[in-house]
Amino acid sequence: MNINLTLIGQMIVFVIFVWFTKKYVWTPIINALAERRAKIADGLAAAEKGQQAQALGEEQAQQVIAEAKTQAAEILSKAEKRGGEIVDEAKDGAKAEGERILAAARGEIDKELNMAKEQLRGQVAALSVEGASKILAREVDASVHADMLDDLAAKL
Amino acid sequence: MASGSGTQTSSEYIKHHLQNLTFGNHPENGWGIAHSAEEAKEMGFWAIHLDSMFWSIILGALFIWIFKRAADKATAGEPSKLVNFVEWIIDFIDDNVRSTFTGKNDIVAPMALTLFCWIFLMNLMDLVPVDLIPMGLAALGIEYQKVVPTTDPNVTFGMALGVFFLMIYYSFKIKGVGGFLGELTLHPFEAKNPILKLLFIPINLFLEGVSLIAKPISHSLRLFGNMYAGEMIFILIALMYGSNIILSMFGGVLQFIWAVFHILVITLQAFIFMVLTIVYMDMAHTTHDH
Repeated sequence: MNINLTLIGQMIVFVIFVWFTKKYVWTPIINALAERRAKIADGLAAAEKGQQAQALGEEQAQQVIAEAKTQAAEILSKAEKRGGEIVDEAKDGAKAEGERILAAARGEIDKELNMAKEQLRGQVAALSVEGASKILAREVDASVHADMLDDLAAKL
Repeated sequence: MASGSGTQTSSEYIKHHLQNLTFGNHPENGWGIAHSAEEAKEMGFWAIHLDSMFWSIILGALFIWIFKRAADKATAGEPSKLVNFVEWIIDFIDDNVRSTFTGKNDIVAPMALTLFCWIFLMNLMDLVPVDLIPMGLAALGIEYQKVVPTTDPNVTFGMALGVFFLMIYYSFKIKGVGGFLGELTLHPFEAKNPILKLLFIPINLFLEGVSLIAKPISHSLRLFGNMYAGEMIFILIALMYGSNIILSMFGGVLQFIWAVFHILVITLQAFIFMVLTIVYMDMAHTTHDH
C-alpha cells in the first residue's frame, strides 16, 4: 500500500504502451477499416449499377423478342401469300400449257383429216372415173374430162 | 488453505495477501527484497513493487501482442476471426471517443484502447483464485505476491497521473498559458468590476484547483477502491476454506457467485476509467463557454 517508485515505473510503462498502440495497432487497423468501408461502399454501388444494367438488358431483350415475333408473323403471312400466288401461277401455267397442247393436237388432227380427205377425194375421183368408164362402157378420156372430174372432186 | 500452514492466523493471512513483493533500499539491510511489511514500509519511496510491475507489463504485452498480430493481418479484405474481434473492440472504442471527444487529437483513441484493454486484463487477474499463484511462487521461495496490479494504488495512480499530465500539457497547448490560467482563475465567479475580479481570483483558483487535483485522485482511487474491495472479498471467502467441510462448500459457492458478479465489475471499471480519460482529454481541448 506504499506509494513508491512503482508509480514512476507504471507511468513510463503506460506511456510506452500508449505510444506503441498508437503507432503499430490503432493506425493500421483504423486505416484498414476505413479502406474496407470504402471498398464495401464501392461494391454496393457496383452491385446496384449491375442490377440496373440487368433490368435494362431484360427490358431490351423483351423488346427484341417482341420485334422478332412480329417480324416472324409478318414473314409467315408473306410466305403464305407468296405460296398461294405460286400455286395460282402454276395452275394458270398448267392451264395455258394444257390449252396449247390441246390446240396443237387439234391442228394436227385437222391437218391429218384434211390429208385423209384429200386422199379420199383423189381416190373417189379415180373410182368415179373408173366407175363411170365402166358404166359408159367406153373409154372416157381422162384428160378431156379433167375439168369435169376436178369439179366433181371439189364437190365431194 | 488459510489454516493449512497452521501457524498463520486469519489476520496474518489477510495481511500477507495484501503485501507486495517489494524491492528497494532498506536503511539497515541495504538493497534487496523486503521480507516483511515493516521492512517494505521502511524502504520509503525508493522501492519498487516487483509483482505489480511484472504482472502489469506481462498483461500489457499480452494485449499488445494480440492486437499487433491482428493489426499485421488487417486488410481491406475479408477479416479473420481474430481480426474481426479486434476490429470489433476498436470500433467500440472509436464510437465512444467520437461521441465524447470533440477536439482533434490522434492520441486520445489509442490511449483509450490501451487503457481499456490493459485495465481489463489486469482486473481479470482478480478472477484467478487468490491463493493459486502466490502459493505456487511461495514454493519457489518468493514470499509475497499480489497478482492483481490494479489493487496496487501505484499502478492506478501511475495511469491516472499519466492521463493528468497529458491533460495539463494539452490544456496549455490548445488554450495557451493565458487561456488555461484564465480558466483556472476567472471561473466560476465572474465580475465586470476590475477590483471585484481581482478579489475573485484567489477564490476561483482555490475552487478550480481543487477540482483539477481531484480529477487524477478520483480517477485512480475509483479503480483502485473497486478492485481492492473485490480482492478483499475474495480473500475473506478464501478464509472459509480449510475450517470445515460445510463452510468450505459454502465458500466455494460464494466465490463462484462473487466471481460472476466481478466479471461485470472488472469490465465496468475498465470502461469507466477509459470514459473518464476521454472526458478529461475533452476538457483539455474545449474552452469554457460561459
